[in-house]
Amino acid sequence: MGRTIIDKLWDAHVVTTRADGTSLIWIDRHLLHEGSFHAFDQVSRRAARVAHPELTFGVADHYVPTRGRSEGIANPEIARMVRQLEDNTKRAGIRLIGLDDPRQGIVHVVAPEQGLTLPGLTIVCGDSHTSTHGAFGAFAFGIGASEVAHVLMTQTLWQKRPKRLRITVEGALGPGISAKDLALTVIARIGADGAQGHAIEYAGSAVRAMSMEGRMTLCNLSIEAGGRLGLIAPDDATFAWLRGRPFAPKGGAFESAVEAWRALRSDDDAEFDREIGFEARDVAPTVTWGVSPEHAAPIDAATPDPAEIADESRAQAVRDALSYMGLEPGTPLNAIRVDRVFIGSCTNGRIEDLRAAAAVLVGRKAVVPGLVSPGSLAVKRQAEEEGLGRIFREAGLEWADSGCSMCVAMNGDAVPPGERCASTTNRNFKGRQGPGSRTHLMSPAMAAAAAVTGRLTDARELLAGRA
Amino acid sequence: MEPFKTLETPAIPLALANVDTDQLIPARFMKRPRAEGYGPFLLHDFRRDAGGGPRDNPLDDPRRTGAAVLIARRNFGCGSSREAAVYALRDFGVRCVVAPSFGDIFASNAVKNGVLPARVSEADAEALLASLAVAEGRAVRVDLAAQTVSAGNLVAPFAIDPVWKTQLLNGWDDVDLTMAEQPSIERFRAQDAKARPWAGLVG
Repeated sequence: MGRTIIDKLWDAHVVTTRADGTSLIWIDRHLLHEGSFHAFDQVSRRAARVAHPELTFGVADHYVPTRGRSEGIANPEIARMVRQLEDNTKRAGIRLIGLDDPRQGIVHVVAPEQGLTLPGLTIVCGDSHTSTHGAFGAFAFGIGASEVAHVLMTQTLWQKRPKRLRITVEGALGPGISAKDLALTVIARIGADGAQGHAIEYAGSAVRAMSMEGRMTLCNLSIEAGGRLGLIAPDDATFAWLRGRPFAPKGGAFESAVEAWRALRSDDDAEFDREIGFEARDVAPTVTWGVSPEHAAPIDAATPDPAEIADESRAQAVRDALSYMGLEPGTPLNAIRVDRVFIGSCTNGRIEDLRAAAAVLVGRKAVVPGLVSPGSLAVKRQAEEEGLGRIFREAGLEWADSGCSMCVAMNGDAVPPGERCASTTNRNFKGRQGPGSRTHLMSPAMAAAAAVTGRLTDARELLAGRA
Repeated sequence: MEPFKTLETPAIPLALANVDTDQLIPARFMKRPRAEGYGPFLLHDFRRDAGGGPRDNPLDDPRRTGAAVLIARRNFGCGSSREAAVYALRDFGVRCVVAPSFGDIFASNAVKNGVLPARVSEADAEALLASLAVAEGRAVRVDLAAQTVSAGNLVAPFAIDPVWKTQLLNGWDDVDLTMAEQPSIERFRAQDAKARPWAGLVG
């Protein structure tokens, strides 16, 4: 019987398996950010050492300022978070891509750029969006602080073999439809807990046709469907993207790695625990209206009416969501006005995302304020070379430095209470973008369109005749 | 870690689905050292209004003082991997969350901190949330060995991964188990260096 890519990656990393079925697995790369201080505290309390500093990388992203960086960090608590990461990594001999490094950016954007992410690796980070790295055929998942401490001390983790779910998307996405629209469509259908306990393989012609940036967006959002991780079998697009990256194998070593990586695919007769299929042509521009990513619908739909939902606990959840969002049942989504936009994050802060937003914004003015934070300083430099930075500035948006920024509001970039933000991020949770903030998730093109019209808008209307 | 056997305390009914870890502890409180205690920040924006004043809520209900059990709807603890969400629960006094489903990372974090994620059917979660015993703040009983939650006459069975059950019952610690595996790790590494030469790091 054949094996899935999930089984192949798992089997290659098992150190030992206990009688109860739990396996100790080897971790190839461990990524850290400022939130790792709890884990370093645990290591200190045990008077233990970091076992493999050479396989561990720190990246400053969650708390870093995106504006006025040259003046330092004004808030002393935030400054301490960035300094703690510097101190902890330095003491342990861990390489750090810190605030002043030209490679700085969001850890899930930087690690692939630097070639730290490769097919066939296990990659962990104390961040749920670690699933992003699965786009390269890596087995990559988010962990909590106690597990971060365990990896620091042992470079291994005790894990249960995940169940296997294959999501197959056939056909071609329509013009102006992106990986974000597909991911939100998947989450709306299967639910925010639809993939709980599962590792997801994304497959099918629509996935194969995606750029690496699109694949990263899709895998990134696996956690919002409850998935343990999401991955895509590596192919020529993957290898071409990785060739020449600083930490990727070089020359002949790269070519032999490619030979090995080609075997990382599900065998034709491999069986999954679950299979779900989608038709790419059914995917519409999609936005969220509520407080969970599963509260997503096509832009031409309306908010649901709890009175029409038979199950009382589900009706109550919809009532609660609409009340928090300040929306009435049956409101057309494209009539919802927004107060600001945010373009960035580990979900949609890559060069292709910025190009898609700029294609809508070029020659136009935003009618609401907005912040554009590229996923890394490398993305920022490339965007400026392509003239995208100028397009954002001329549209009236703020063109900032790189970090998690307004996706998680830890660095002070926040949506004010009660305000409504069209956002390319990953979570529309209550208070996620700041206390009392209201978030509508969407693609970069859709966020750009909302900036231009001041309401949720089908970006295709603004792209007509342009592409 | 302190072993988990049984609990007999009032329960907090939290009739909400998708209670994400951003709600369990808003990001702005996560800069603090754990030693200060995260309990006051548990579900902070649900318990307090924008000005910091108290809102009517089941966590601060005096009838439930000392509650170590929290009952919620599906997908509890979804979202961010922040273990601080479990620290906030634990520091508030919660040792068991009863819900129809849990975010995977949350559930794993919970077990590592001695907090039991007890999975019940949706019908039993609704019955517990509606139970008079819970409403009146009478003690409910959680028995890990028997895998039951009892409130008044209602006895709801719960599911828990057998590995986690053993770990909670014994208060086992992962790191100690792993240190004993050092020879297997060395064996794996020697073999792996040959099987996957490309996995090492250059530069």
